[in-house]
Amino acid sequence: MHVGVVVFPGSNCDRDVQWAVEGCLGGRVTLLWHSEGSLPALDAVILPGGFSYGDYLRCGAIASSAPILRAVAAFAANGGRVLGICNGFQILTEAGLLPGALTRNVGLHFICRDQPLRVASRRSPWLRHLSVDAPLTLPIAHGEGCYHIDREGLRQLEDHDQIALRYDPSHNGSVASIAGVTNEKGNVLGLMPHPERACDQALGGTDGRLILASAQAAGS
Amino acid sequence: MPHFRATVRIGLRPSVVDPAGDATWASAQRLGYETVKAVRIGKAIDIELEAKDANTAREQLESLSANLLANPVIENWRLELHGQEV
Repeated sequence: MHVGVVVFPGSNCDRDVQWAVEGCLGGRVTLLWHSEGSLPALDAVILPGGFSYGDYLRCGAIASSAPILRAVAAFAANGGRVLGICNGFQILTEAGLLPGALTRNVGLHFICRDQPLRVASRRSPWLRHLSVDAPLTLPIAHGEGCYHIDREGLRQLEDHDQIALRYDPSHNGSVASIAGVTNEKGNVLGLMPHPERACDQALGGTDGRLILASAQAAGS
Repeated sequence: MPHFRATVRIGLRPSVVDPAGDATWASAQRLGYETVKAVRIGKAIDIELEAKDANTAREQLESLSANLLANPVIENWRLELHGQEV
């Protein structure tokens, strides 16, 4: 599998994703600088965690207008698999590729720990190795992970089976305990937890492999 | 081209929880400001721009606010155009 990992000024999980994909899963990674306007042939694109552009204005707001986002949006429109992790999730919502928004955690704490989650759907190709209602433990590390969407938006998410993961229990005030959502088509997934930090048993768990292994497009 | 100064005031929509505002309110209570009943924290962005007239400036600022300065999913904004400078 060949995965493009976007690097913004302030990204800090890009090399972790690279290690998880290459070192743990045997894939290949091409790092993509934010100012690039096109993508090479890829199975998937991952927007990693971090603090792109120093979180200026709002988390992910400046990154959402970076040249590479136009290429990522075109890749997604053609059915390409796109995964946004933590700050990458914030960027995808700011860019309008995913619904909702991420705001300050209720309680104001930056929360860094292993987080129990529950799989809400396996409709997305990113979730095909998971089972609905299965427990999953992934590390979280965020201060602005409180998922917000209005009532009508939540109804649409539920109607279209777009809720991917829920916190179990919730810790940050997210609407409906949402930890991750997909777009309507299912090929774009955003989640606050970090699957790349749970791909090697030496780090305490390997549940993240179940998500990252889906970066491989069918048949490639 | 005329030069304008403006301020865009951005705040969380009333339906969005503002934990930083709540924490500031609680701190005000601890300091004895019991008359303070609510705190909501937003931001103000000062902008200078060139436009052929005030209406055009306002249109550009509304568009900028909706597309970049504020996130309409969670935020409201109010535009103040301070007038034209020569």
